[in-house]
Amino acid sequence: MDKSQLLLWVGIGLFAIGLVGVMIRRNALVMLMCMELMLNGVILSLVTFSQRTATLSGAVLVFLIFVVAAAEIAIAIPIVLLLSRQRRTLDVEAYSSLKG
Amino acid sequence: MNLLTVIVILPLVGFLLNGLLGPRLGKPFVSAVGCGLPILAFLAAVRCFLLVQGSGGEQPLVEVAYNWATFGDRSFDIAFYFDRLSAVMTLIVTGVGSLIHVYSTGYMKDDPSYARYFAYLNLFLFFMLLLVLGRSLLVCFVGWEGVGLASYLLIGFWFEDPEKAAAGKKAFITNRVGDAGFLLGLFLIYHTLGTLEMDRINSAFLAPTLPAVSASLVGILLFIGACGKSAQIPLHVWLPDAMAGPTPVSALIHAATMVTAGVYLVARLNGIYQHAPEASHVIAIVGAATAFFAASVAVVQTDIKKVLAYSTLSQLGYMFVALGVGAYGVAVFHLYTHAFFKACLFLGAGSVIHALGGEQDIRKMGGLAKKIPITFVTFAVATAAIAGIPPLAGFFSKDEILWFAFSSATGGSPLLWAIGSITALMTSFYMFRLLWLTFLTPSRMSQEVEHHVHESPLNMSGVLIVLAVLSAVGGFVKIPDFLEHVLPLARAGGELEHFEMPLLVFSVIVALTGLAGAIMVYGKGLAKGEVLAARFQGLHRLLSNKYYVDEIYEACLYRPLHWVSDRIFLGVGDRFLIDGSLNGMAALAQRAAGRLSRVETGSLQFYVLLAVGGAAGCLIWMWRHG
Repeated sequence: MDKSQLLLWVGIGLFAIGLVGVMIRRNALVMLMCMELMLNGVILSLVTFSQRTATLSGAVLVFLIFVVAAAEIAIAIPIVLLLSRQRRTLDVEAYSSLKG
Repeated sequence: MNLLTVIVILPLVGFLLNGLLGPRLGKPFVSAVGCGLPILAFLAAVRCFLLVQGSGGEQPLVEVAYNWATFGDRSFDIAFYFDRLSAVMTLIVTGVGSLIHVYSTGYMKDDPSYARYFAYLNLFLFFMLLLVLGRSLLVCFVGWEGVGLASYLLIGFWFEDPEKAAAGKKAFITNRVGDAGFLLGLFLIYHTLGTLEMDRINSAFLAPTLPAVSASLVGILLFIGACGKSAQIPLHVWLPDAMAGPTPVSALIHAATMVTAGVYLVARLNGIYQHAPEASHVIAIVGAATAFFAASVAVVQTDIKKVLAYSTLSQLGYMFVALGVGAYGVAVFHLYTHAFFKACLFLGAGSVIHALGGEQDIRKMGGLAKKIPITFVTFAVATAAIAGIPPLAGFFSKDEILWFAFSSATGGSPLLWAIGSITALMTSFYMFRLLWLTFLTPSRMSQEVEHHVHESPLNMSGVLIVLAVLSAVGGFVKIPDFLEHVLPLARAGGELEHFEMPLLVFSVIVALTGLAGAIMVYGKGLAKGEVLAARFQGLHRLLSNKYYVDEIYEACLYRPLHWVSDRIFLGVGDRFLIDGSLNGMAALAQRAAGRLSRVETGSLQFYVLLAVGGAAGCLIWMWRHG
């Protein structure tokens, strides 16, 4: 198994852990962290592929994703904060007033 | 100066001023505008008439007021055409129209909608002038529809009364039937001749090579239109009901001018009818039938205005008989005398109704001759004129019609003459019956009403006097000769010439017989008439119910149409098909949404699962399909 294949497996692992976390945990903050994990798995595979094909555009895209992820989390955290202030809980089950 | 355009525009200005400003500026303003502008139009018409006469009378005035539309090399102009026929019509319309406007200032004095009344009346004059002055059939048609509108508005003038509003609707809808025929005739003419200008249509039909269209078909289609407007059988039912309008309106629109539009149309397009003997026969038969039918109904009517309405129908029938036998000028002659004496009769009836505070039943009148002498004298003159007593106007025109009905080489026959003579007898009878019952027999009024009887003011009685004088002397103007180069006269069948004098004497005898009969039966009051009615009960009932025409129409036309509309169009079409499909679609969407909303469980984890499942499904599908 060469190095890039290993890195890809690590990326897939990160993504899978994040996905499972999002699907089974109910704490909103933990879910956000798991989402970051998934994102990182994707970024890792992106960097690996860009190394392998020796193109720069993959690396540039990674920086773009960092910026976007930072912006996204900067909005997501305050939303979670406001929600928890309202209901005094981080359990997402408590926020289901829009269900059909 | 565009005099013809001015004639037409003046009443329109009156309509706009009275309609927009009238209610704010008060009655003096409304009266001044409402009467002043028609009088100015009359003066302008006189001026035009003198211009035409000055140039020998052969050359018509033609004015193009406006280019309406141009398609390729064909253009539609709003053009006015003023020859002797238009001149006679325009002078009648503006002259009698102005008189009736003046009369209305007295009759409608206390009506709260005074300005609206004059606005409508001016609007009517505008459209009527468009009708008689238009050179193109298209302009004529605009006027034709416009007078129908004005008639509708004025019949339903007191629209708070549902019966009167319904009478207006009846007039409008019945006229639509005729208008359909008119329009089809219009299309046919335009399709074959490529022009709608009436003088060109006439010359096209009078040219050596006839146009490639059946003159009879065109003639009958246009006659259907004329039938609607001039209330001939079978489209006559609206005219008696139209008496729901104010009495001056009945005089102007439903006696003197608008209902004669059909006569004008046929006379104007005589080029077509000269080549359409079948259509001419139809016209003569319909005219004779209407004349006879209406006169017989008028004999038993008890409402003063209804008697006059049926009398109008009957006189219009006479005009169509004249048209049908090719005596176009004679028809216009009768139109002209009829305008005077019938307007005088209606306005006299208005004066009686005014004096009696709204009473219209002649069984509750009587003895008015001494109380309202001016009305009585003028009414008597007009009655004698319509009955055909010489030397009043009606005698000349009616006698000429009977003569041509007898002798014309194109369609005249003794039978037509006989029907016309019987009608003349009935006319004389019912008119003198009306005169005696209203004015001469002992009073049958209640004390209360009798106490308030008063002669009408000068603006009403003056108009009556003018019209009575015109009804007396109008017959001395030889209209048929005057119009001869516009409206050719039918030739009498050769060997019949020596019948002319005996027939003339006979028609005088007929008129006097009617007079004598009326005096015999109604000279002392109602009693003898009631005895007769009791003896001929069946006939009397048939006539009082106007031959059950309204009932037949209701059973044959209204009921089936109502059933189809209610059950099929409303029940099946509207409620079942349209409402059903829309409601069904809405219900489907609602139910589907109800099912789908169960997916929204409120559990974030479930949503994620769905999203992941979807993404995985997409990936697998893409992988499978390369």
